Amino acid sequence: MSESGNDSGKDSTRSNPAEGVRTLVIERVFPHPPEKIWRALTEGQLLQEWLMKNDFQPAVGHQFSFRAMPVPGWSGVIECKVLVVDHLRKLSYSWGTLGLDSVVQWTLTPAEGGTHLRMEQSGFGPDREANYKGAKYGWQRFIGNLEHVLDELV
Amino acid sequence: MQAAANNVFRALADPTRRAIFEELTRRGEQTVHALTRYAGVSQPAVSKHLTVLKRAKLVRHRHEGRETHYRAQPDALAPIVDWLDHYGAFWRERFDRLESLLERMEP
Repeated sequence: MSESGNDSGKDSTRSNPAEGVRTLVIERVFPHPPEKIWRALTEGQLLQEWLMKNDFQPAVGHQFSFRAMPVPGWSGVIECKVLVVDHLRKLSYSWGTLGLDSVVQWTLTPAEGGTHLRMEQSGFGPDREANYKGAKYGWQRFIGNLEHVLDELV
Repeated sequence: MQAAANNVFRALADPTRRAIFEELTRRGEQTVHALTRYAGVSQPAVSKHLTVLKRAKLVRHRHEGRETHYRAQPDALAPIVDWLDHYGAFWRERFDRLESLLERMEP
């Protein structure tokens, strides 16, 4: 999906062990006011500069996509839908690619000298696959079982 | 995301293939016939799904008489375990880009 980023040590990254492979959190304090960060998160042109090409609109229910360079086996398209727009505080959208549904949530909190930005990606979130084509096996359940399989591998 | 993970994710992106794979991990080796009964789709469809799973190295097969037996290769799931690491690297790199964008933006 991308070149591996240099680990600057500025972030705190963690996954919730209880959630297994399901949640990723990245946090960083930026020496900028929330207004500026909010613009970078919600203005399509700015968003493209640091994340990906997109047709994002800060409106709940808006469906959009992020487009990265396609690679063999991956179209480079991430299908999204805006879930939460809480001006200067919270932004969340679904993030679906490769048959995996997750939710990306941004939280801005004023901090000393700037803004604390938190990104939480909960993988395998609301599982829409269970609701169409009569599919009985959603990712959530599959991953639940997968964890048992993986436990046995270790 | 690395190529191996892509293959595995793609193979398992289909609910029927996940069901077949899971059935094989749960019950061990099975024939195409048994899997067809279980999956509730046609045998050609099951064979097609098995081919995709095979390509991702998620299943192996052997012939015995007229029957083809399949079994799961759970080791092939290992790349999925790494997916968080890859997403983590992805987002950290994007955070760096965001930081430099914020520097360039008007206050």
